[in-house]
Amino acid sequence: MTLSGENLGHYYQRDRWILKDVTISIAPGEVLGLSGYSGCGKTTLSRILAGYIAPRTGNIWIDHKAMEPRTFRPVQLIYQHPEKAINPKWRMRDVLTESYAPSQAILDAFEIKNEWLTRWPVELSGGEKQRFCIVRALNPATKFIIADEMTTMLDAITQAKIWNSFLGICKSRNIGVIVVSHETSLLNRLCDRIYHLGK
Amino acid sequence: MSKTEKKPLLQVENLSIGFSQYMKGTQKRVIQPIADMNVEINEGEIVAVVGASGSGKSLLAHAVLGILPSNAICSGSVVYKGEELTEKRKRQLRGREISFIPQSVNYLDPLMRVGAQVQIGLDKKTAHKQQEKLFAQYDLKSSDGHLFPYELSGGMLRRVLFATSVREGVRLVIADEPTPGIHPEALSEILKQLKQFAKDGAGVMLITHDMMSALQIADRVAVIKEGATVEISEAVAFQGTGERLKTEYTKRLWRALPQNDFDLEFKGRDLNI
Repeated sequence: MTLSGENLGHYYQRDRWILKDVTISIAPGEVLGLSGYSGCGKTTLSRILAGYIAPRTGNIWIDHKAMEPRTFRPVQLIYQHPEKAINPKWRMRDVLTESYAPSQAILDAFEIKNEWLTRWPVELSGGEKQRFCIVRALNPATKFIIADEMTTMLDAITQAKIWNSFLGICKSRNIGVIVVSHETSLLNRLCDRIYHLGK
Repeated sequence: MSKTEKKPLLQVENLSIGFSQYMKGTQKRVIQPIADMNVEINEGEIVAVVGASGSGKSLLAHAVLGILPSNAICSGSVVYKGEELTEKRKRQLRGREISFIPQSVNYLDPLMRVGAQVQIGLDKKTAHKQQEKLFAQYDLKSSDGHLFPYELSGGMLRRVLFATSVREGVRLVIADEPTPGIHPEALSEILKQLKQFAKDGAGVMLITHDMMSALQIADRVAVIKEGATVEISEAVAFQGTGERLKTEYTKRLWRALPQNDFDLEFKGRDLNI
């Protein structure tokens, strides 16, 4: 099962192309880095691959088939800004269990404290919220995860710990990961291969 | 690196912040995220504030600005230019002498074009020109000014937020994570501007996770852990294996950077979960 995008192109305003002729593919268990200028379309590409927006040109294939609508998406996206991906009017427990019930072992791997579950999103820091977004994406049916600047909000120690747990789980489940980041040193540490977007 | 003699601009002493929460009905409890925070910033000095996520770095900024939520209980002393910083003074100073770059890009008005947001508070006659100049400086196209926040990327929004802070007469800049998601060229422009603030005699509090960038410009670094200041060191102490750092926590923080020994934090855990 590979995830691939062929000749992808996209714009938000007519003829202001953000992406043009992008062809990218990732195998299960692979860790692919995605780097490029800010504003060059990394997040747009991530959203297209995850099926949130339809590209103006080109196609997305999972195992040479188009993605099925109205079922669980095997490609999950973790956003750069967790506060934008969480319903501010839900308690964290509801946010966490929206798609499946994570085991205690996963919560422990990401050091999510039980007392956080009863809090509102505004009562947690950015890094704490991001852990919920990560766990939420690790549904048993997930095949690919796109991590868009996943740990830019985190301090170095937490960053290293989270990548350790996250990649450990992804390797054991053979999940393919796309790591979107500006930080070359981080990409070099984590990735098997790096794709440079734009010029 | 302050050439002028050290004149304290902002002194935060024994700051503690609690939040009262309603549990069930009228039952209340208080959580105490910040217990003992101490930071001092001199004129013309850049102090980087680093530490774990959730250690209360943003709360420190919000407390100095007086924009904590209404259920916050604050104690300790915050002195600005030798005078206690009261809520009334905070209201008068923020956005004028004290400028703030918030962490979340949610702080932009979603229904207002970004160019117009940068023009807020600028002299009406020159506002447009000034805004275009700032955009050019931070590598944003002048046509980007007509866009709404949702049409810009994360890194571009950061730069817009940063542009809103550049004002005449600013004495203290509080920058809460101004750099994530920005490519190296625009990043160095932002660091240059922060440095310029300091050269003009303003104090800069740079709250960040991006230690490598912060160390390029900071004079001192305050390390925060679980709501308390654990160490304040000169920026030059952050080098090599960190043998000049005082506390174990700071050493670990330094060594966990991807540029250093990232892997040290990698323990052989069983992750078949």
